Amino acid sequence: QRVSVEVLDHLEHLALVDFRDSEGVERLQKAIQFADQLHEVNTDGVEPMDSVLEDRCLYLREDNVTEGNCTKELLENAREKVEEYFVAPPGNIPLPKLEERETFLQGS
Amino acid sequence: GRGLSPVMREAGRCRLGRAGTVPGRRGERGQWSWFCPGASRPRGGAGLAPWIPVVGLEIHAQISSNSKLFSGSQVQFAAPPNSLVSFFDASLPGTLPVLNRRCVEAAVMTGLALNCSINKKSLFDRKHYFYADLPAGYQITQQRVPIAVNGSLSYSLCIDHKMSQMVTKTVRIKQIQLEQDSGKSLHDDTRSQTLVDLNRAGVGLMEVVMEPDMCCGEEAAAAVRELQLILQTLGSSQAVMAEGQLRVDANVSVHHPGEPYGVRTEVKNINSIRFLAKAVDYEIQRQIEELENGGTILNETRAFDSKLGCTVPMRDKEGKQDYRFMPEPNLPPLILYDAKSLPANMNHQQVINIDWIHERLPDLPSVKREKLVEQYGILPEHSFTLLNEDGLAEFFESVVKQTHMKPKKVIGWILNDLLSYLNQHSLTVKESPVSSFLLADLLNLLEKKEISSTAAKRVLAELWKGEGKTPLEIVKEQKLELLQDQNELEWICQAVIDGHENEVIMMVLG
Repeated sequence: QRVSVEVLDHLEHLALVDFRDSEGVERLQKAIQFADQLHEVNTDGVEPMDSVLEDRCLYLREDNVTEGNCTKELLENAREKVEEYFVAPPGNIPLPKLEERETFLQGS
Repeated sequence: GRGLSPVMREAGRCRLGRAGTVPGRRGERGQWSWFCPGASRPRGGAGLAPWIPVVGLEIHAQISSNSKLFSGSQVQFAAPPNSLVSFFDASLPGTLPVLNRRCVEAAVMTGLALNCSINKKSLFDRKHYFYADLPAGYQITQQRVPIAVNGSLSYSLCIDHKMSQMVTKTVRIKQIQLEQDSGKSLHDDTRSQTLVDLNRAGVGLMEVVMEPDMCCGEEAAAAVRELQLILQTLGSSQAVMAEGQLRVDANVSVHHPGEPYGVRTEVKNINSIRFLAKAVDYEIQRQIEELENGGTILNETRAFDSKLGCTVPMRDKEGKQDYRFMPEPNLPPLILYDAKSLPANMNHQQVINIDWIHERLPDLPSVKREKLVEQYGILPEHSFTLLNEDGLAEFFESVVKQTHMKPKKVIGWILNDLLSYLNQHSLTVKESPVSSFLLADLLNLLEKKEISSTAAKRVLAELWKGEGKTPLEIVKEQKLELLQDQNELEWICQAVIDGHENEVIMMVLG
């Protein structure tokens, strides 16, 4: 079962990835097929495991102030700043619709 | 009608158990009516089916802690931009979340106070979306298994405006989850840019989800007010809405009785409890009008415009968001213990014992109110008002301790005289120019019958000026002492009679 163009377009919007060419799409396709093998195992009544670290103790930190006060360092990487604020565009600039953008997906 | 607040005049009074009509519609297409469930037959609207509004709330309370949920940077309201930000908060590569113990305790306390089941194992997840004030591109939250579920909150409402009849309602708490706050965006429309301050990014939040058990703005406001008082009593959040420590989003829909729930809208940008009631009532009315006109309700997010008193669609939120939830890979499950399950040889600092926290919960507002009624013989409505004003209950108890006057009489002075002065001058109890000592002093004079109650009110008005005089000094200054001498009283009465011969004759003749 192939991944539809609608889903690929949706993913490009959500994750801002660019499938760029058929190789990129094919890689995704193969990754899904690989993960689908999990369905061959009967997991009825088995709690899903998200991490092999699930039995580790979650470390609890004491409520003390130990960090911060490094404004200058943080702003060093900012392309633009205004008086110690980071500068960003006025709002989210959404990816143009499929018909309006240059993407490999257009052709498929 | 007389005595109704502006909010209720505009949006249509939801009288619990009775129908309300939307004013301003007479003579037009007829009256629309909406009412709370359990009402008797609704009035008005010949043949028009009534509407049932349904209101649910999502409340974000900032946890009162020294440092953030997953990092050691400070939590503070006003500070130079980006000065309370660690590398983790800025989402620099190579940083990891480390859970703050205090935040977990705050969530457990709140869950217990709201009668929730505390999940001994809860999980953290990532909720992905792009926004400039969310540097990681995701928020760490608890979507699958939150820390507390299935609780309830009881709150009181006055049926009429004289505050003489109160009714208790309950709203179910679906869950409480721990999550990160985002940074703050300052929109600079003139330069077409957004300035981002990450001081708030990563501060711990408790999201409290209330089921849609409410039916109007008044109920929503009362429920949130009670939650606010509970949080402040626990100390888990200071819950000051004006400082963004308590943020409320309302989910509103309407439907006809017997039919399925209607499409709901989410209302955001509500900055006070008063505006919450306004926003909810406006949205209910808007939806009813839209549907009565043959329109449909979109499942959208709307912002409340406090200046115009209406809700408007929000620009940035078109269509349903896909948050692509996934488990937070850097945090194992959060395990909590109780007296039974407490592990024997674990470091105390690494263990949170739910029972230990339960034993140390302070008296909740509802318990405090009952105790005041029992101890002092005041009415439930009185104790409600005492707890509603910060510091007023303590002031009342302090006065009672310092005077012989019965608490039932003292309460009148507190609620009618002191409180109205404070409200008129927009002062808090702490800012009162009349201390509990001075008021007690005054009430003692009254109690000993050295002055009349009319005179006492005059003395209070003088004390209010805060000129440092004692009640006794004012009484002497204005010659307000009650005369106790029988002879002197007879002499005065005789003089009055003598000075008004005609009136006396007319009275004697009947």
